[in-house]
Amino acid sequence: MTAEIGQVFLILALLAALYQGLFPLVAAGAGDAGLMRTARSAALVQGLLVAAAFAALTVAHATSDFSVRNVVENSHTAKPFIYKLTGVWGNHEGSMLLWALILAGYGAAVALLSKRNALTARALAIQGLIAAAFLAFIIFTSNPFARVFPAPADGQDLNPLLQDPGLIIHPPFLYLGYVGFSIAFSYAVAGLISGRIDEDWARAARPWAMAAWTFLTIGIGLGSWWAYYELGWGGFWAWDPVENASFMPWLAGTALIHSMRVLEVRGAFKAWTVLLAILAFSLSLVGTFLVRSGILTSVHAFATDPERGLFILLILVVFIGGALLLFALRAHAMSSDAAFNAVSREGGLLVNNVVFVASTATVFIGTFYPLFVDVVSGEKLSVGAPYFNIVFLPFMAFALLIIAPASALAWKRGNLKDAVRRVAPAALAGLAALVLALWLASPKTIAAAAGAGLAAWAGAGVIADFVRRVRLFETHAGARVAALPKSYVAMTIAHLGFAVVAIGVLGAGVWKSETIAYAREGDTISVGGFDATLTTVREVQGPNYRAEVSTFAVARDGKALPDMTAERRFYPVRGMQTTEAAIATDLGGDLYLTVGEFNAERGWVVRAWRHPLTLWMWIGAGLIAAGGLVGIGIGERRRVAAPSSAAQAAAA
Amino acid sequence: MKRLLFVIPVAAFVALAFWFAAGLGRDPGYIPSMLINRPAPQFALPPIAGRARGFASDELMDQVSMVNIFGSWCASCEIEHPVLMEIAAEKIAPVYGLDWKDKPGAGAAWLGKRGDPYAAIGDDADGRVAIEFGVTGAPETFIIDAEGRVRHKHVGAITREDWRRVLKPMIEDLKKNAPAAD
Repeated sequence: MTAEIGQVFLILALLAALYQGLFPLVAAGAGDAGLMRTARSAALVQGLLVAAAFAALTVAHATSDFSVRNVVENSHTAKPFIYKLTGVWGNHEGSMLLWALILAGYGAAVALLSKRNALTARALAIQGLIAAAFLAFIIFTSNPFARVFPAPADGQDLNPLLQDPGLIIHPPFLYLGYVGFSIAFSYAVAGLISGRIDEDWARAARPWAMAAWTFLTIGIGLGSWWAYYELGWGGFWAWDPVENASFMPWLAGTALIHSMRVLEVRGAFKAWTVLLAILAFSLSLVGTFLVRSGILTSVHAFATDPERGLFILLILVVFIGGALLLFALRAHAMSSDAAFNAVSREGGLLVNNVVFVASTATVFIGTFYPLFVDVVSGEKLSVGAPYFNIVFLPFMAFALLIIAPASALAWKRGNLKDAVRRVAPAALAGLAALVLALWLASPKTIAAAAGAGLAAWAGAGVIADFVRRVRLFETHAGARVAALPKSYVAMTIAHLGFAVVAIGVLGAGVWKSETIAYAREGDTISVGGFDATLTTVREVQGPNYRAEVSTFAVARDGKALPDMTAERRFYPVRGMQTTEAAIATDLGGDLYLTVGEFNAERGWVVRAWRHPLTLWMWIGAGLIAAGGLVGIGIGERRRVAAPSSAAQAAAA
Repeated sequence: MKRLLFVIPVAAFVALAFWFAAGLGRDPGYIPSMLINRPAPQFALPPIAGRARGFASDELMDQVSMVNIFGSWCASCEIEHPVLMEIAAEKIAPVYGLDWKDKPGAGAAWLGKRGDPYAAIGDDADGRVAIEFGVTGAPETFIIDAEGRVRHKHVGAITREDWRRVLKPMIEDLKKNAPAAD
């Protein structure tokens, strides 16, 4: 019964979304305030209905109802309960439903939290149209509630790679990010329809963009972390299309939240900000759906079903194409009279925008180039990490170079000399790091050492600006820290996080060392000053897998450390094997051990890695997200007058 | 002039959309085989330990058939196995097996436990024949026409979907056209 109930809720949700999409739009055009107000109720009702449908699918999975095809294909009675719940979105149909749920959830949140005016009503209507499109897609091509008859006795289990704590939380966060950009998109389209893009528009849209960007930061961080410990070789980023799909909206979103700030404070960058808002959500859509549609990575779910791919493409064309067409027709009328010097906060933010949009373009080209070539000539090729490292990293290096002085510039008319002087102590730190890295990296590239120097310069620059601003080493510094504007706090935390991530990426990417050896019980493998001795290997029976658990006694420079255990799991239902690496973490880096195949003559293949500074990546990502979290709440209304000498002194 | 600037995004998107539409339905994981429409390699393999009948390339002549590369050590082959059993039961075309880099006796034991879909099996212990076929991993399946030419290569486990949508129609097509080719 639950499946049918879920199906009914889903159809009702589609009707609610259609109402939400059509009536408020007409009402806002005609100035009918009463009808316009129903947008809120429709959004709330649609939210509840999708939530009920999602709950129904969750019940089917939790109770292992094998008369539902979706449960049969992705679950198994022996699967641990928590994975029965997460299995709801571990497949195409369920993940689409989660997508719709989050979309509806954002719509409901806007209905509850945003100012009730024509702009919000129109934005809710656009949100309703998007929801209607995706609910229709689910109902007509990807029904999660389809039954099988006769019901099989047991299911086919969830892909074991997906049976992992990292996968419980990582996709929902990614979706919260992707889908969150729909609000900025809806506001952009609503603003284009009403012809008013101004400070008020930015104030309404910015918190949502900020929230989406924060969630996406967390999602990408968790995804990278999951790849690092679950895939068994310690890689955290491979530039594969699926990763790029989440990275492109993040890069565009980074540009967006910066340009929205200019619009909010100074009323400039109007058309540009709207374009970025459209772009961020478009890249979310293009990324999630084209990647999954089998156009870029063959996952067979879609590739064998061109009907779904065509439906998705149609949705993309209508929404992205429609929004961009509206932009072409309307945006040229949005001009701003806010003038600013090239050397100013606005100027710095403009450079940020150029850097991030250009880096988005490089990732986009690298991701889609193989498809272009295939379509034109039928030739198969792939674009790998070397391309991305060459074209993408220089942009990030440039961002590291300017991040600290640019953020220290005043609005409207800045003083470059003053800004550089303020972060000058950082130059020393950067130089020191450069020399240290050169020395450490002597066999490695100079570029890596320069990167380390830049990252240290950026991080130290952000800290130096903070120290000078609050005069940290004088009395009452605490009160001055407490009085800092939220926007400054958010910026500082996030920028510091960016520098910390850069250090971690360099450490783990360039300075890793690796040893591979055959080992029997009692044998020792050494890497980076660590000695790991394989003590025991035993067979353990898990709930839905068999595992070979290897225990290592670990010592660093002769001093004993806690034991580590690595596992190799075999999931019989899917006939798949997974590796659970043994990882010991500290600030200096990770010791990472995996155990492979057994060879009767020589023993187990043991791989040992030293991944330096990996913890910095996760801490840095956490800082960026924390900055975003603070940034959501920036509410102060600031009007910037021409900077007087007094104002400059206060800012200094 | 300035207005034109605002049209660029939508124009660029229209171009992209056409490209995406053209790319829909293409499989990026697909790598074309050099052997397509060329004669299958010549070989004569001994039987696997525990069986009497070996497998030689002569058997591929005068009938449409499939050659499946498998091994008892291969996890994806385990997933593919029930589908192969169904395919063999349909009796549309014989499935020949190439037991790739297996330990003596392991292949027969593996098939003994699960059932044997193969018309004949060759023991490719050192992987020579697999190299001739350009095998990149197990399982892989080739469709061979009545003149002994390779017509199609399937990489990875065959799913019921693959069979129904791609392989089966292709074999039926080849069988229909076979007499004309003679």
